[in-house]
Parts: sequence; structure tokens; C-alpha cells
Amino acid sequence: MTTEMLRVSVWRGKADGEFVQYQVPRQENQTVLDLVTYIQRYLDPTVSYRFSCRVGVCGSCAMTVNGKARWTCRSHVANVAHGGHIEIRPLESLPVVKDLVVDMTTFFDKWAKAKGSFEPTRSRHDDLASITSTDRQRRQVDAGIECIGCGACYATCDVVKWKPDYLGPAALNRAWTLANDVRDGGNQQRLRAVAGDDGCLGCHSQQGCVERCPQKLNPTKAIAGLKRLTVLAAIKGDL
Amino acid sequence: MKKTNRNHPTYWAFLLHRLSGVLLAMFIPVHLYVLSLAITDGAALDTFLRWSTTPMVKVLESGLVILLAAHLTGGLRLLALEFCAWMSWQKTAVAISAGLSLAAGLLFFLNAG
Amino acid sequence: MNINTSAKTETWLWLGQRLSAVVLAVCVVVHIVTMIFAMRGGLSTGEIAGRVGGNVWWLTFYGLFVLSVSVHAPIGIRAVLLESTPISARRIGLLCMIFGLFIIVFGIKAVIGLYQLGPV
Repeated sequence: MTTEMLRVSVWRGKADGEFVQYQVPRQENQTVLDLVTYIQRYLDPTVSYRFSCRVGVCGSCAMTVNGKARWTCRSHVANVAHGGHIEIRPLESLPVVKDLVVDMTTFFDKWAKAKGSFEPTRSRHDDLASITSTDRQRRQVDAGIECIGCGACYATCDVVKWKPDYLGPAALNRAWTLANDVRDGGNQQRLRAVAGDDGCLGCHSQQGCVERCPQKLNPTKAIAGLKRLTVLAAIKGDL
Repeated sequence: MKKTNRNHPTYWAFLLHRLSGVLLAMFIPVHLYVLSLAITDGAALDTFLRWSTTPMVKVLESGLVILLAAHLTGGLRLLALEFCAWMSWQKTAVAISAGLSLAAGLLFFLNAG
Repeated sequence: MNINTSAKTETWLWLGQRLSAVVLAVCVVVHIVTMIFAMRGGLSTGEIAGRVGGNVWWLTFYGLFVLSVSVHAPIGIRAVLLESTPISARRIGLLCMIFGLFIIVFGIKAVIGLYQLGPV
């Protein structure tokens, strides 16, 4: 019985480059990451790509597969192969280092710019904060906290493509989870950081991020929340 | 420009909203200028209004009403999204918006002289 | 492109657009319904005069309508220009302000002109 072969086009090069086609034997249980690994091990050792856990918890293997940003380790070939052909290229909106590897610096810089880090208000000498799991704000945090920074939403967002300084869905989603963390003390600075056109107000709610998030998070909803908070702050004179 | 996957309803809703907004923004100055002829040149306004009874213009006007209604309903959807509790029935909202817009345009066209 | 407006200004512009949107939502519904009825039997200057001429309520309504559009449309166009053209942010701001002024000038002219058509 002959093995079915998949035609896999892989982006080679940097911003300038080309697609190179490889023939990869198809298997019953096969992910897109398996394809790339096969290519690198048996066909072309010069292919560069990033991965780590291989099981959908680290987000390192995110790439653009047939036009959509995905975790390649969780993309079953059967679900993405159209007519026996798969096109794999690096995540969009980020500089290409080589082949399928992108430079995530801007992505995480914007995370910091959006004040996406926790500002403690208690010390080890204080009691633990008491927040029930049904608390309204806690629920908002829970809904967005599972982001692992894979970059799929950022790569998909149209506003990121149109405005290079736009902070992006991931950074803003994280800012929203912190804005709802009652233990956090940095919210005034944070709202100043995310207000404005490069911040939450630049979102037009196209929801490409919602479509592509592998964790099923909702950055658009988080950003809507930030819009309300920043407007309230502006009215109160806190901006 | 690399093509990302844009094949989902909330993207089309955005596109329609932006397109209708731009077209309306181009129409408004013309509309206001023509109406302001009421002060400067009433006869010209009357001539224009008579010209606007032609069938071609009726069709165009109905198109404008559809654009206006589309922009309005799409805008209401956005306002709800940004200021109220999140709707899980997004796609339905988009569909309702589209439906109402077409209905408005049709009503206009049917009544237009 | 460097957008030089402050976060505060951006936030007020955004809010202004949303607030004017709410006002316009009401105005537009009234306008469309009115037009559907007015279009019956054809539109003419006489018809308009009979409806809005000398009527303070229509004057107020359309005045409010024009002012809301003069806020809403320029801010909307500003976003479109910033995102899809290479024009500088400063020039876009200027263009949009001119656009807004045009709407106010010709809009108010139209509103007053139509009001003056009828019995005072």
C-alpha cells in the first residue's frame, strides 16, 4: 500500500524569501508540527523553527498555517490539509528571523508598555487577600488569565497591521486582567498606558483575535472593558 | 499585504460599517450644500428636487438609505458591545443589523413617489 | 507614523464620537421615517417648506442633527485616514477639522434656509 504524500510549502528566508515544497508521508495521527519536524530531520536540516512542549501549553510553535495563525502542535493535519496541500509560514506582523522563526521582542515590549505586570500592594507581613471565586471582578480575571503569549491574536489583528504602534490584543487582554485584580495597585498608570489610539481605543472589534485564540480567550471583550475604564477615568479627571 | 483569514461575520460587519461610513461622509457635504441652496438659490433647489424624482435617482437614494441604516444598526451593535454586557449572539446581531438595513431601504424605495 | 495627540485627547475624541453616535441614532431613525412619508407624492421645495418652514421644533431637531454629524463624521474619517493612508497625523487632524467646519457652515445654512421658507 503506497503512503499518501502531502505537499508542504514552507517559507524559507527572511522577509524576502520563497516557499519551498517538500513531500511528507502522511500519517493517521499527525500534527503540522510533526510535518515540520519530519522535514527538518529527514529532508532539509537547514529549516529553522521553534517549538518546546509539543503538547499545547507553551505557545512556542505558533505559525501561520494555510493563512490562519495556529499552534502547530495542536493542528491536526486532517483538519487543515486542503486537497493534500499545506502552506506553512511564520506568524505575521512580526519580523522574521529565519524561515518559521519570528522575533517576538515587539510583542513582549508592548506587553510591558501596556503595564501588563502586577503591582503588589501587600507585603509578606500582611494577610492574604480574600477573594472568592464567584467575585465579579475575579471572574473577569479568570476569563482572560490563561494567555500564554503565543502571539496568534497579535498576528491576526488587522489594527496591528495598520498601526505599527498599536499595543495589540494580548497586551491589552493582560492589562484588563490586572485592572480587575483588586490586589493590584498600578491601575492609574495602567489606564494611562492603554488609553489612546495606540491602546484600547484603536480596537474596531473585528474579533479576528477571538477567532484565532487557541485558548478561546476573548481579547475584544477585555478591550471593551478597558474602553469603559479609560473613559470613566477621563471623565473623573484621572487620566 | 499578506492575507490573513478574514472570513468571519464580525469582520464583514466591520468592513460594511467602515465602507458605509466613508460613502456617507462623502455624501453629506453634497447633501448639505444642495439644501443650503434654499437660502441662496431657491429655484436651483426646486430644479434639483424635480430632477431627483427620476427613477435612477430613486434607486440611488434607496441605496443611500440602506447605507445609512446599515451604518446605524452596525453602530448600535458596536455600542452594545462596548458599553453593555457581552453578547454571545454576535453573529445574530450582525444578521439582524443587515436585515433591518435592507428593510429600511426597501420601505424607502417602495414609498419613493 | 507618530500620532502626537495625548491619551486624554484621544479618549475624549472617542467618547465624543460615541456620544454623538447615540444622538444620531435617534436623529437618523426620525429622519428615515420622515423621509419615507415625505417621499410619497414626490418631494419639492414647497413640500419641505410646508413641513419644516417656520417650525421651531424641526429647526431644533435638524440643528442638533447637523451639530452631531459635524462631530461624528470627522472623527470617524480621522480613524480611517490614520489607518489607511500615509498622510501625517497633523495634516489629518487639520483636514478633519475643516471637514467638520464645512458641515456646520452648510448644515446650519440649510437648516435656517429651510426654516425661513415657511410662515414665520
